[in-house]
Amino acid sequence: MAATTMAQALNRALRDAMTADERVLVFGEDVGQLGGVFRITDGLTRDFGEQRCFDTPLAESGIVGFALGMAMGGYKPVVEMQFDAFAYPAFEQITSHVAKMRNRTRGHLSVPMVIRVPYAGGIGGVEHHCDSSEAYYVHTPGLKVVSPATVNDAYTLLREAIDDPDPVIFMEPKKLYWSKEDIELRHVDEPLGHAAIRRHGKDATLIAYGPSVPVALQAAAAAAEEGIELEVIDLRSLVPFDDDTVMRSVRRTGRCVVVQEASGFAGFGAEIVARIQERCFHSLAAPVIRVSGFDIPYPPPMLEHSHLPSVDRVLDAVDRLQFTDEPDHRYLTGAHS
Amino acid sequence: MSDHIATDLLPSATPVRYLAEDGTTVDGPAGYTLPSVEELRDAHRRMVVGRRFDAQSTALTKQGRLAVYPSSRGQEACQIAAAMVLREDDWLFPTYRDSMAMVSRGMDPVEVLTLLRGDAHCGYDPNAARVAPQCTPLSTQTLHATGLAYALRRNGTDSAVLALIGDGATSEGDFHEALNFAAVFEAPVVFLVQNNKYAISVPLDKQSAAPSLAYKGVGYGVRSEQVDGNDPVAMLAVLHKAFEHARAGAPFLIEAHTYRIEAHTNADDATRYRDSAEVDRWLDADPLARLEKHLRGIGALTDEDVAEAQAEGERLAADLRSRMNADPHLDPMALFDHVYARPTTQLVEQRDLLATELKAQEG
Ligand SMILES: Cc1ncc(C[n+]2csc(CCOP(=O)(O)OP(=O)(O)O)c2C)c(N)n1
Repeated sequence: MAATTMAQALNRALRDAMTADERVLVFGEDVGQLGGVFRITDGLTRDFGEQRCFDTPLAESGIVGFALGMAMGGYKPVVEMQFDAFAYPAFEQITSHVAKMRNRTRGHLSVPMVIRVPYAGGIGGVEHHCDSSEAYYVHTPGLKVVSPATVNDAYTLLREAIDDPDPVIFMEPKKLYWSKEDIELRHVDEPLGHAAIRRHGKDATLIAYGPSVPVALQAAAAAAEEGIELEVIDLRSLVPFDDDTVMRSVRRTGRCVVVQEASGFAGFGAEIVARIQERCFHSLAAPVIRVSGFDIPYPPPMLEHSHLPSVDRVLDAVDRLQFTDEPDHRYLTGAHS
Repeated sequence: MSDHIATDLLPSATPVRYLAEDGTTVDGPAGYTLPSVEELRDAHRRMVVGRRFDAQSTALTKQGRLAVYPSSRGQEACQIAAAMVLREDDWLFPTYRDSMAMVSRGMDPVEVLTLLRGDAHCGYDPNAARVAPQCTPLSTQTLHATGLAYALRRNGTDSAVLALIGDGATSEGDFHEALNFAAVFEAPVVFLVQNNKYAISVPLDKQSAAPSLAYKGVGYGVRSEQVDGNDPVAMLAVLHKAFEHARAGAPFLIEAHTYRIEAHTNADDATRYRDSAEVDRWLDADPLARLEKHLRGIGALTDEDVAEAQAEGERLAADLRSRMNADPHLDPMALFDHVYARPTTQLVEQRDLLATELKAQEG
């Protein structure tokens, strides 16, 4: 079997969803003839016609607001925001309308749609092309937020997101677009909201999602060589959040590190840590530690390696779990001193 | 060729008008089909009822029954024409100021006012009413209207959509994106800008330097017109034409020149930014009085007709008063409904917490 990239898996998911349901439409900037700047929509216009996959004027708020109207009219739009930071013009439409329409109308109107956001860094992109914007979306009730970390999940989660009756922000880790797996893509029909244990271990739990999952897995592999068995949880879905899988693991290991690429302060990792200490306090042998990007605007490409949580940084955090009471600000990136 | 196109799209140099302020007819532009006398009698009745609804709602604010009410007094010709040109299968996208148009469309006034009373964000089923939730963020609804219009067209119907918007809101980006999308996608949507001269306190000349807000359509390829928004004949004529265009796949933009007689809302002090002489001038241009004079002048309206319309307005007001004076039944547990199609486990936990709290309060 030929290896499949995450980009190809996403393309397959769009194709299969469009084939399965005529109401599924793909639109956005450059998604037609070009197939998207990352080629996720490659060939869709050719194979499904301009009625099903089309370019829109260059206006993100327009794309999302227009999509909302189309969803009211019975369609299931899957729109592409070209890059993370370029979705911000659409932020009002997303938070004030897409997220709230079901609730505002007490269930009379639902706007099932998927907003695909290529996000996060590690690709050497210049300014405004590498934001980790998930915290903005997870903070908004009414939105579901998912991020795949594997090729298979790229396919499965996108199919589930399109099938979902609620609007879904689909965060695609750009640096994983070219990751490959030898795998047959299959549509598992399950609702969003399940985390996956990617590696079993008993000494501590690493929690990650999207672009940080491979980092966590590499850290776990390195730790294993030193005889430390780390469990790695890939959240897959940030909202809904799988408390069950997370808490069961942490209660078993008693130690936990949360890894995220986004800045730490008030980030999604802070929510995870808070939930864990509220629910697993007596099982914890050490404070839960966050490893995150620094609280800085995304750096220029030649410096991004210093910003992004590395395997070493994760391993250092794991060491800290062993555990002294001395405050060590190195890893508390969320703390403004 | 481009000259030709621009000429086609451009609004007339002055607002379309068929009735002078004293109710006599004036020579308006050719090319419009004027409403029949029967339509105008209907418009008159609706305007009387609409104004009564508006006055009652303002009174309910003073009694603390509504959290806020943005009056549309003075804008009756726009509001009523908006309701009248819509077919049952067409959609209306109203703002917070457009309750009168919604009531005139046949919606239950109590359901219309739940947003402003504060018991629900939207008190009706938009699909059943073919009316979107009243929009509070400025201009965002113009994009929804455009998307839905395009969807209706793709669904093979000839339904059209009317998006209402204020003058100040035309400065927002979404309005411009909507015009652009509507033109590119040939969406059957009509944008009706009710230029009531102020965005809260900011006058139009600080909002836009365009000769008319209708000119904003031209650059997007959207046919536009400006109209005397206090002339019900002109409003109906222009809106009818706009809908013809929209159903044929060409969106249309209308600027209606009108005036907000009351303050922005009951919470606003309009004397801080405009003088009473200005308001008085606009009272002389009153759309309802104008239509009444016209219809009486041509012998199409009797004292009994007027009395009948007023009686209908009184009945509506009395019904509204009594139903709004009863406290609505509110269930706090409903807070958790319809956040998602299926609640998350986190929401279920929070719902349980509130249930426990409520039980404790009862006990
Ligand atoms: C995006 C946004 N910004 C600010 C406001 C606050 N606001 C409410 S009404 C209003 C003025 C709107 O004026 P206009 O569009 O002329 O409509 P009118 O109220 O006169 O009908 C403002 C600034 C808002 N509702 N939405």
